[in-house]
Amino acid sequence: MNTSDYRPLDVQAIREDFPIFTDSSFAYLDSAASTQTPRPVVEAMDAYYDTYRSNIHRGIYRISEEATDQYEKARQKVAQLINAQRTSQVVFTRNTTESINLVAYSWGSMNIHQGDEIILTVLEHHSNLVPWQMLAQRTGATLRFLEITEQGLLDFTQLHDILSEKTKLIAITHVSNVLGTINPIQSVIDAAHAAGAKVMVDAAQSVPHFHVDVQQLDCDFLAFSGHKMCGPTGVGVLYGKLELLEEMPPFLGGGSMIRSVDRDISTYADVPAKFEAGTPSIAEAIGLGRAVDYITQAGLASIHVHEQELLKHAHQQLQDIEGITIYGPEPHQKAGVISFNLDGIHPHDVAGILDTYNVAIRAGHHCAQPLMKKFDVIATARASFYLYNTIEDIDRLCDGLRYAQTIMIRRNK
Amino acid sequence: MNIYQEELLDHYENPSNYGTLPEPDISHEEDNPLCGDKIRMDLLVDGDTIKEVRFCGHGCTISLAAASMLTEKIQGKSLEEVKQLTRDDIMDMIGIPLGPVRVKCALLALKVLKAGAYGIKGWPGEEDE
Repeated sequence: MNTSDYRPLDVQAIREDFPIFTDSSFAYLDSAASTQTPRPVVEAMDAYYDTYRSNIHRGIYRISEEATDQYEKARQKVAQLINAQRTSQVVFTRNTTESINLVAYSWGSMNIHQGDEIILTVLEHHSNLVPWQMLAQRTGATLRFLEITEQGLLDFTQLHDILSEKTKLIAITHVSNVLGTINPIQSVIDAAHAAGAKVMVDAAQSVPHFHVDVQQLDCDFLAFSGHKMCGPTGVGVLYGKLELLEEMPPFLGGGSMIRSVDRDISTYADVPAKFEAGTPSIAEAIGLGRAVDYITQAGLASIHVHEQELLKHAHQQLQDIEGITIYGPEPHQKAGVISFNLDGIHPHDVAGILDTYNVAIRAGHHCAQPLMKKFDVIATARASFYLYNTIEDIDRLCDGLRYAQTIMIRRNK
Repeated sequence: MNIYQEELLDHYENPSNYGTLPEPDISHEEDNPLCGDKIRMDLLVDGDTIKEVRFCGHGCTISLAAASMLTEKIQGKSLEEVKQLTRDDIMDMIGIPLGPVRVKCALLALKVLKAGAYGIKGWPGEEDE
């Protein structure tokens, strides 16, 4: 992991950028679902709406040129963030889910056939599972699954058993949204390429939290969402290798994605326009560009170190709570996510009581039902961290959990 | 008002009519796919009148307390009356405002009961609107 830009985060200064933290007792611990938005990101979108709102690409007037320029600058910023070779390798979508569906329909319809195999892991979010199930049903391909160890780590040794000449694709999450497990995707990508398979990386939980370099990884596709990295909802990213994007058919048809249109046939625009039919989320893309600046200025290495400190503190403090079960690996093997259950208390009740204590966490299956079944639980409670969280947030969580126990287990004893 | 008030917690900790019936006239079970909560209701019916009711299952405070309260409410009532029960009746019974996710928890028992009373599987319930 690149730590060249490491300097300690000034968390208090960062929190001042987020109006929602004016209430300093509010512990927001659900950033793995969606992060909060700093003022500079909202202001960048406001500036578009207030001063140069217009449609992009074909306007022959000043503010449309400005909108186009800002939209394309946002693409450059995203390309730099992940170290894409060319800006045109960044396609704006609605979110990670749409990016993965784009690949499953467009690349999948050309390259996946009856008898082919797609390898997934049991850690996948439904967004990196259901599109491949649908593709397999359309084509007659087969899905294979990599399992995890009891510690919640990917069982990498198993890959060599199921990887074969039938394997056309490995679709794998970089970081588990439930357990926080950081997968060894470099090894997975190298093994896949040696077997002639492509790799789609779900980076929704990694790009916001540490350096991800697509050229170094040599991944074929990579997807993430703006709203999990201080950006707005409604904009996501698909990165792809240029030769793959160029040979892929369009996903959605319409305006902006064409070169010329006749009655019966059209020719398509070059990438990335080929995959951006219709008016895109212009303000949101501009907001995402500003969010990239924001987290880059804070420093991704600094964010990662800060989250590691929070995670270590959380593990230490939570382990002291009677009747707690923590799922997943040790802090050094994962990102800022911690899933747990309290004996005798349904996770919905844990989250409901914490809400009355001004602590926001998530409870449920986290869109990862196969993983829940693997751990033989119905649901878990999950706390997740980002650059604005503090040690006090975690202490408040722990106090809230003890409070939940006094409410729920008082008379059973 | 806090949802974790005494009355609900009492029902959660000491539910009324918890268990199963050996030979029920109606027995139905459903789950809430969002959170995996599961409730089964057994009814003993004489003519159209509910003679005995039991429920069992697992879930959060809201879903189990709502089931417990519902069994008290329907004891001795007719199946026709059960069919008339609505989301609002359940919300009145719970007596406190709930967010949309927890409303689904509160309505699970009614969903099971109505599906049983109508003799159909997968009663859509009133939960979505």
